[in-house]
Amino acid sequence: MKLYRISAFIERDMRKFFRSPALMVASMIFPLVQLIVLGYAFGGKIKGVRLAVVDDDHQAYSRQVIEKLQAIAAGPRTVSLVDYDSLPRAVSDLRTGIVRGVVLIPLGYSRRVQHDDNPRLVFIEDNTDQFLSSSLLGEMQLTVQQIDTPAIQPRLAQQVNLNVVEVYPYIDYIKYLLPGSIAMAIFVVAMIGGGITFIDDKARGLHEGYLVTPIARSELVLGLNLSGAIKGLMAGMVITGIGGLIAGIPRLWDPVRLGYLALVCGAAALTMIAFMFLTMVRVDDPLVPRAIFGVLNTLLFFPSGAIYPIQGFPKWLKWIAVVDPFYYTVHALRNLLLKSVGMAGIYKDLLVLLGMSAGLLAASTLLFKRQL
Amino acid sequence: MSAIEVHELKKMFGAFTAVNGVSFTVEDGEIFGLLGPNGAGKTTLIRMLTTLTPPTAGTASVAGHDIVQDADGVRKSMGVIPQAQTSDPELTAEENMVIHAKLYGVPAPVRQELMERLLASVGLEKFRHELVRTFSGGMRRRLEIARGLMHSPKILFLDEPTTGLDPVSRTNVWEMIERLRDQQKLTILLTTHYMDEADKLCDRVAIVDHGDLKALDSPARLKQSIPGHDAVDAEFENAPSGWAEALRGLAEVADVKAHDGVFRLSSHNGPRTIAALMELARESGVVVRRMSVENTTLDDVFLYYTGRGLRDEVGGRRYDVSHLYRH
Repeated sequence: MKLYRISAFIERDMRKFFRSPALMVASMIFPLVQLIVLGYAFGGKIKGVRLAVVDDDHQAYSRQVIEKLQAIAAGPRTVSLVDYDSLPRAVSDLRTGIVRGVVLIPLGYSRRVQHDDNPRLVFIEDNTDQFLSSSLLGEMQLTVQQIDTPAIQPRLAQQVNLNVVEVYPYIDYIKYLLPGSIAMAIFVVAMIGGGITFIDDKARGLHEGYLVTPIARSELVLGLNLSGAIKGLMAGMVITGIGGLIAGIPRLWDPVRLGYLALVCGAAALTMIAFMFLTMVRVDDPLVPRAIFGVLNTLLFFPSGAIYPIQGFPKWLKWIAVVDPFYYTVHALRNLLLKSVGMAGIYKDLLVLLGMSAGLLAASTLLFKRQL
Repeated sequence: MSAIEVHELKKMFGAFTAVNGVSFTVEDGEIFGLLGPNGAGKTTLIRMLTTLTPPTAGTASVAGHDIVQDADGVRKSMGVIPQAQTSDPELTAEENMVIHAKLYGVPAPVRQELMERLLASVGLEKFRHELVRTFSGGMRRRLEIARGLMHSPKILFLDEPTTGLDPVSRTNVWEMIERLRDQQKLTILLTTHYMDEADKLCDRVAIVDHGDLKALDSPARLKQSIPGHDAVDAEFENAPSGWAEALRGLAEVADVKAHDGVFRLSSHNGPRTIAALMELARESGVVVRRMSVENTTLDDVFLYYTGRGLRDEVGGRRYDVSHLYRH
């Protein structure tokens, strides 16, 4: 294997890359738009959900419940309250979406509180929307808990208290999403550089010009993949910078962490480009990479844990995550960006990514056709 | 040892025979042409010789290297200008040349000097810093020929070097090929379906059709090899019956065909046949309305050896994405 041939290929691709700003911009815009839109769409706290209150009791303790709910409406503003006279009307409005939950204070509630006779409140939820209903349920449970807490604490606490310690400052969803967007930027470069332009160059006949030179299969495969990896690394680091600023990652320019980030982006880029190259190694039709872009994007991005934890996946989807380079990339980037852990938090991901890329490159070299 | 030696070389694609066991040799310093219509097997033949396609049977060597056993040896000693335009449109002329030279490990000082000389010899020195995507088809072809010489090969393969070029660019490319052969003592094997190109450029021409080698000689000798190598066309005011038979008896006439009142005489010597024809017409009181003489061309030779003219190409899977890269 001759290094000068590999470096000639890298030189060629770098010159082409910097000469086509369209490719660079395209590879960055998609992940950034995704980061901003998804980050703000999913990340916001839920506010102003219309909650129906049906008070059939109209006594002292029912007023206490309503005051607690009004406090939520005035404070965190998760809900806005709507009074209803009758339960059937409230439920009918719940079904048509005018209100998103109904709180019923049944007749005799205050009497039961006074007599310690299992007082009950009823919460009717619209469970077609998991996000809304779980957020309302959370508020309702908090309200009930506050009502249960005696005003004067007993001297000997008998209840078990759970003390929650948050290791990191509050993480917005947009910060949580950033590692996925960086991985996506690398993937787009791999897709365009490793998939689309590779097949187009083949179709345009440019490859024929290289096949008649003494270049070896392994040199061609390595040259194309390494140049792709450098492009992916650059895209990843640019999105780390821009996305980090947008998401508000603290101490973004810490040089040591930037070094680790570059390591992860480089390994991820090599793996993704090698994956794409292997997928395309025997393809001639320029439509194929364009056609499967959406499929690969969905298949690699969503199971990676970038937008939802993989612990919630069914088994088959977890298996996709295990072989998905996105998964290791997102995991390592999250450790670096959100938790500021160093090599200890990324070395396993790095090893997996490098192992994967070695395997993919070996397979590509075997399958690459040195002749037409 | 000849520059190129081909022995019983054969290529099958499934049941289809693209090249049917051809043999020939190309001597050092020769411009050798493979002439045939599209689909005759020329490109397949050149692809086998340039190690782009493995042969089904037979052997061949280029500069003494076997095309199968020592493919790398072949690649190092030849320059190839494939039919497809293989220069990179997103690079400048100079970058295309330099990167190509780097693939051959040409040392930097040699590279620079050679590049300047070659760009000058193809008339592109003024455009060395221009992106290739701004070049015309002819400029691109010339650049590719120069690029193919960046590692100083002794043998050059050109697959249809002027296909798709306008007449001026074609002439430029022809002049360049002749100049390169003379200055650099190159052996050149080219394929073409243009008879005039083969006639003008080649020392020897092999006529290829349906994967077979039908004839092989210099253009002049090929023309002499077919019966009646000049064609005299004549029309008469009052040709009597039996006139064709009378014409057949004229000096040097090999054959006479009459069609729509036009008599076509195949002649071994056009001028002598014309003189005899005028004499006969005057004696017989026949008025000549029109007369013309055509020298035998390679078209006639081709027609004679293959029994037909050009036909369309089938097969050849190439996707056209050029529209995506037009600027």
